[in-house]
Amino acid sequence: MSRFSKKGKTGMAQINTASLPDIVFMLLFFFMTTTVMREVNLMITVKVPDATEARKLEKKSLVSYIYIGQPLRSFQKMYGTEPRIQLNDQFRDVVDIQDFIAQERDAMDENDRNKMTVSLKIDSDTRMGTVIDIKQSLRRAQALKISYSANKVDKL
Amino acid sequence: MGKRELSPINAGSMADIAFLLLIFFLITTTMDVDTGLQRRLPRLPDEDQQEDTSDKIKERNVFVVLINKDDELLVENKPMDLYQLRQKAREFIANPNNAENLPEKETKELPFFGSVFITKNPVISLRNDRGTSYGMYIRVQNELVAAKQELRDEISIQQFGAKFDDLTEDQMDAVKNYYPSVLSEAEPKNIGGK
Repeated sequence: MSRFSKKGKTGMAQINTASLPDIVFMLLFFFMTTTVMREVNLMITVKVPDATEARKLEKKSLVSYIYIGQPLRSFQKMYGTEPRIQLNDQFRDVVDIQDFIAQERDAMDENDRNKMTVSLKIDSDTRMGTVIDIKQSLRRAQALKISYSANKVDKL
Repeated sequence: MGKRELSPINAGSMADIAFLLLIFFLITTTMDVDTGLQRRLPRLPDEDQQEDTSDKIKERNVFVVLINKDDELLVENKPMDLYQLRQKAREFIANPNNAENLPEKETKELPFFGSVFITKNPVISLRNDRGTSYGMYIRVQNELVAAKQELRDEISIQQFGAKFDDLTEDQMDAVKNYYPSVLSEAEPKNIGGK
């Protein structure tokens, strides 16, 4: 017993923990930046409808987003007030959706490609005409799993 | 003199603070979950076979819901308010009294349930105009999904004593066969003009 403690006192130098915070900070910054990077800078106003039956979307990495809504006021001069489609960080048209889906699919792991879900974040004031067009081009792009994004509420 | 004053600052707690922040960001990142009504779009029809499948489904097996450009409902050729829709849809899916104008029923062997007398294959067809608002469309979808979910919950509680979402995979499959998912994303058509 005594021999053990003596050995510890003399032989073990204190480990310098001063670099521990640096490592943790590094991790922290990593998570902070990746969080921000995935978010899209919305240029339109999207207020998704409420629904009682909304379910959680599993596996965020398998989800691609399509946003539709009225352009923000600062963009209205250029793009008007009609609902527009936003893919990633740009205003796009319906014809671009097929390319977008192909792109998103390429970025995915090969095994996950058929599990891809497209989340449609659509403003509730949008007319269905636009939505129909998008659904048709999603079908053409073979992206059949979709989710109409909606806020989960207990009662409407 | 100067050497003696420079005692090392205890930086051990720095790690704790950083960890705290790290955990905070980790949690807030995943907290923002996307919720929505999940649906599966039908495949595009092949060019050589067109429209002949739609005729095969008998009229009594189809529950037609139309929404016009003013967000008004027409259910089975009758105007209807949104709050009545869920009840109507439930009646249609289950057909409890084996009514003549509601879907055909058949006897089927299902695991857990044994032999049951259920509707054959009811289809709810939801059609909308290009001018329908998306908010209304989602509310109607929500009602129809809710009708199906209520029926599934009821039968689950009756049979297994738990809600549908709490069942095991096998039990879920059985219930899904009992009340199949019936909502069809019909081919878009312009109804009532623009």
